[in-house]
Amino acid sequence: MSAHSGNGSRWGLRFLGLGYVFVLLLLPLGLIFYKTFEHGLAPPIDAITSPDGLHALKLTLIMVAIAVPLNTVFGVGCALLLVRHRVRGSGIIDAIINLPFAISPIVIGLSLFLLYGTKGWFEPALAEAGIKVLFSVPGMVLASIFVSLPFVVRETVPVLQEIGTEQEQAASTLGANAWQTFWRVTLPAIRWGVAYGVVLTTARVLGEFGAVSVVSGSISGQTQTLPLFVEKQYENFNLPGAFGASVLLALLALTTLLAMNVLKRKEDA
Amino acid sequence: MGITVEGASKRFGDFQALNDVSIEVPNGSLTALLGPSGSGKSTLLRAIAGLETLDAGRVMIDDEDVSKKPTQKREVGFVFQHYAAFKHMTVFENVGFGLKIRKWDKAKISDRVHELLRLVQLDGLAARYPSQLSGGQRQRMALARALAVEPQVLLLDEPFGALDAKVRKDLRTWLRNLHEEMHVTTIFVTHDQEEAMDVAGQLVVMNEGRVEQSGSADDLYDHPANEFVMSFVGEVNRLGDGFVRPHDMDVVLDPDENTEEAMVQRIVALGFEIRVEFVLADGTEVWAQLTRAELQKLELREGQIVYLRPGKTKSFSGDSPPNGSGASTPRGSQGGDDAEVSAAA
Repeated sequence: MSAHSGNGSRWGLRFLGLGYVFVLLLLPLGLIFYKTFEHGLAPPIDAITSPDGLHALKLTLIMVAIAVPLNTVFGVGCALLLVRHRVRGSGIIDAIINLPFAISPIVIGLSLFLLYGTKGWFEPALAEAGIKVLFSVPGMVLASIFVSLPFVVRETVPVLQEIGTEQEQAASTLGANAWQTFWRVTLPAIRWGVAYGVVLTTARVLGEFGAVSVVSGSISGQTQTLPLFVEKQYENFNLPGAFGASVLLALLALTTLLAMNVLKRKEDA
Repeated sequence: MGITVEGASKRFGDFQALNDVSIEVPNGSLTALLGPSGSGKSTLLRAIAGLETLDAGRVMIDDEDVSKKPTQKREVGFVFQHYAAFKHMTVFENVGFGLKIRKWDKAKISDRVHELLRLVQLDGLAARYPSQLSGGQRQRMALARALAVEPQVLLLDEPFGALDAKVRKDLRTWLRNLHEEMHVTTIFVTHDQEEAMDVAGQLVVMNEGRVEQSGSADDLYDHPANEFVMSFVGEVNRLGDGFVRPHDMDVVLDPDENTEEAMVQRIVALGFEIRVEFVLADGTEVWAQLTRAELQKLELREGQIVYLRPGKTKSFSGDSPPNGSGASTPRGSQGGDDAEVSAAA
């Protein structure tokens, strides 16, 4: 290939790639920002600082605070199991972990109904203990955990494979037990994989709509997360409120991503 | 702290990595495990460290059976071929790792680490990360890290395998001197016979999961127990049923009853040493190692007919090799690197 045609195709590719991202990603997101602040800062801020809006924000952050740590611990443990221990049936475990990616969130929500709803498997025992799962926070947390479960595993497995076992073996020859080896050698070596998984998990929990919508009942001021709040505002023709909450969601997600980038840059320096 | 291995066997799937291996390593010695890839030498070393569990047999360090002890309690220093540096730690933290695990206090760790860094000539580089070091520096760091905890024995798995030729030679000399200073019982694995002979006082030659012979470099070179050892520790030509070293091949211009006719095929000058390749009347290819002066005296040229008088021919009764040519490549070099085989377990 001559340098000339190489140059041409490179520009073509660049144009195609950027155009695709612009039309499909940046344009719609940009419009939301524009629409939100079309009539100034007051209307979106009013909507978000309404009692229902604040409650939705708080509930969303609670979801993140519970689901993300749980899935991080589970994800790292599961990745270690899959990569380091090669237990029988690890191929099946590997496939099952991907299920939340493949199954529609609505189906996930409905499956929780079968377990915790009226006449559900666990319902009698839970009712006796006085625990309400559906249409309340526990059910929403379960749904959030379900849909965001694969991210940490998926991001950690390749990093674990890449670092190999030699550093861990070296640690054991130097007197470190399994626990010390994990904290001092393995975890620091895989931390960026785990961090990326955490960011993706957080973003997913922040934005989850389908599964949470099914199990929550979307009761304003009670079981409404930010995405559900957005939908309700939109349905009620309160566009500034819907857009305001959307922008807030987008900013939360962006902050998470930025936080990781800053940490990583600090690390590389 | 002598090391004894008795009847060690280890199988990875269909591959018999160790087959009833017994070795004895005297206290304070520097011993080389020498053999081709897949001969089991790395597996044996890893079994001594507890990084591999044996199917049968036992490992004794200083007359104590450590077979059931986990690695972290065996007090062995281990150096890996690819350094196994902790990438997220500085040189200082790498070397101090074992001491930190042993809960030494900070001042003592700092003293000890700097002492070791001076020993391995990395003193100015304590704050660097492994990625900022050369291969030779990384391996010296790994050695300092292993020595920091004052191990009972030091085990090195192809420690210079990933380094270039010049650095290898320097590190060899350096390791030998270090051993003379420290006298810690050391075993090192290599597939390079020259390296083994250069560094180690005692050699154990392994092939296909078994020990072929052990002894001093001279023992193995002058009195090889079998064809494998003869061809692995040094170059060899095969002539009929006998084997002869290339430097024991006399090249003469006139025939007598002990000579064989040969044609000069190729003359390769390797610095001081000249390698002359011949083909015999029956098609066998052999070569002789001559000095520059010898070559000039004989005035050899390619295509010339000369006569070879093999001195010190050795023959081993019984087992005949599968490849009848004079090739000096050892058998049993098929199969992957043993480190990789063991990693699959």
